[in-house]
Amino acid sequence: MVAVRYQTAFRLYPYEKSADQEADRPVRHPVVIVGGGPVGMALALDLGKRGIACLVLDDHDGVGMGSRAICFAKRTLEICDRLGCGDPMVDKGVVWNTGRVYRDVREVYSFDLLPEGGHRRPAFINLQQPYFEQFLVAEIRRLQAAGAPIEIRGQNSVTGVGQQADHVVLDVDTPDGSYRVEADYLVACDGANSPIRTMMGLGFEGRVFEDNFLIADIRMMADFPVERRFWFDPPFNRGETALLHKQPDDVWRLDFQLGWNIDRKVELATERICDRVSAMIGAGVDFELVWTSIYTFRCCTMETYRHGRVLFAGDSAHQVSPFGARGANGGIQDADNLGWKLAAVLKGEAPDALLDSYHTERKQAALENIKNSARSADFLTPRNPAHALFRDAVLDLVEHFDFARPMVNSGRLSVPCIYDGSPLNGSDALGGGPARSRPGAPCSDAPVRDGFLLDRLTGRFAVLAINAAVPESLSIEGKPLDVIPLSAEDDATGALAHRYLGEAPCAVYLIRPDQHIVGRWPAFDPARIEAAFFQSIGKV
Amino acid sequence: MTDLVLAPNLDNTDDFYAALLAAHDGLDDGESHALNARLVLILANHIGDYGVLTQALDAAVKARGGPGQGPG
Repeated sequence: MVAVRYQTAFRLYPYEKSADQEADRPVRHPVVIVGGGPVGMALALDLGKRGIACLVLDDHDGVGMGSRAICFAKRTLEICDRLGCGDPMVDKGVVWNTGRVYRDVREVYSFDLLPEGGHRRPAFINLQQPYFEQFLVAEIRRLQAAGAPIEIRGQNSVTGVGQQADHVVLDVDTPDGSYRVEADYLVACDGANSPIRTMMGLGFEGRVFEDNFLIADIRMMADFPVERRFWFDPPFNRGETALLHKQPDDVWRLDFQLGWNIDRKVELATERICDRVSAMIGAGVDFELVWTSIYTFRCCTMETYRHGRVLFAGDSAHQVSPFGARGANGGIQDADNLGWKLAAVLKGEAPDALLDSYHTERKQAALENIKNSARSADFLTPRNPAHALFRDAVLDLVEHFDFARPMVNSGRLSVPCIYDGSPLNGSDALGGGPARSRPGAPCSDAPVRDGFLLDRLTGRFAVLAINAAVPESLSIEGKPLDVIPLSAEDDATGALAHRYLGEAPCAVYLIRPDQHIVGRWPAFDPARIEAAFFQSIGKV
Repeated sequence: MTDLVLAPNLDNTDDFYAALLAAHDGLDDGESHALNARLVLILANHIGDYGVLTQALDAAVKARGGPGQGPG
């Protein structure tokens, strides 16, 4: 029996009996991914594109109900572009730039995100999580049809995990009974309550925030502008906060802070929610409830994200408060970081120790995400009278003085981590090079002739040269690297030069498969490129 | 790094002190606390130097309860 834990929005991978279930001895797979959410599916897609056979086990047969993670940041969209499914997401998603902050009935300020120009993708889009997952699975299906070695098994629930010296053994329950399967590497993408983590007896430490939030997704045709509205102490939710955000399909996300001591059953009653919604959007406005949920949150992380041949990615490894959209976005970056490393190790191109750097880099990112989202939560949910005192002081001041605007923290923009100090980083030998493109940083996009720079970074190691001579082709140990020879004049806006040259007249960059920068130099030197390459695959 | 000024630096100490008290006249505890919080934030923004502000925080914490009672 496989328990049904939630309703599905789209049934994408109905249960089918696998030959593995009839095998005389457990079948070995290079990679088994447990959990078919956004992180697991993104990782499967990345591995499949790299020709690494992977098996996704999910205990349901499709995508869960509910909009959940609705804000997908630029870095996530760039990763999805590389994976081949960025376009449908951006086509479907809602782009917004204006935010308004209210206190009581007064608008205290508004802001324009004014995203930096010269990027293919917007700062972020609003998109219901089921669509995001559906687009990932659609791309997996397309790749499978072309022969990519990805397999998804629905209603396959892992009930036991055991680690051997050179593989992992999994017990899997299905509607046809249980079977056993083996993996060279197991990646647990099974969410904040990770059953794999629990089965392995591993801890998940952090802070619980004493607050409840009600989500009401409503469909309405009202002619509200496409902007984010945030209220402190509004008349319709006195003493608490509220949020209004637009999603595709005429759906709006309403988020009401409820406080700690509530009766969930009472608050989830349809009539009660409808009263709240009407008080917020106006009594005469017609709407239909699409999805409701009450959530609490905590900021937690595992001590280490790698345990032998088991790796943890996404919410199973770390959980953040929802303010600032760093949950799903952080998880997609986990997959982005892990995909090329697992592929390189399984192909024998890199030592197993490369996988240790997955923990090092993504723990650094998780701590940054926890820090930022916890600060937003502290502002919204003051923990003691002194915290409330300063929060209210900020809100008093912002009604009079612009200086207090940056102090209002209703969620900061999700930005990717720069892996400063990573053991994979090579040398930073470009005098006058811009800080944003230092070793460890994700490449900034920039216009290049008729397209964009990131579209040229296809998932292999790449050498990017600007105003510098490079060979037409390049390989290390028989493996080809992408060579991208550009001139600063390839971008008339100057963004390319600003983002990659700074004060330098010319530059050569070595870039990892996940578009993070390994090292940079004023000119092409094959010996230094090679040394940095070996550094970045853990071969030192 | 700029050092926090901890030597006398106000050009009109008695006037400032009197103005500070006057601003609190007639306020209850909550209003007084709120006024101080707003004042801290306004002054912090004016100073604008995170290094100076953390030195000021340390100095304020250290002076708690007079000599011999603070954390050192």
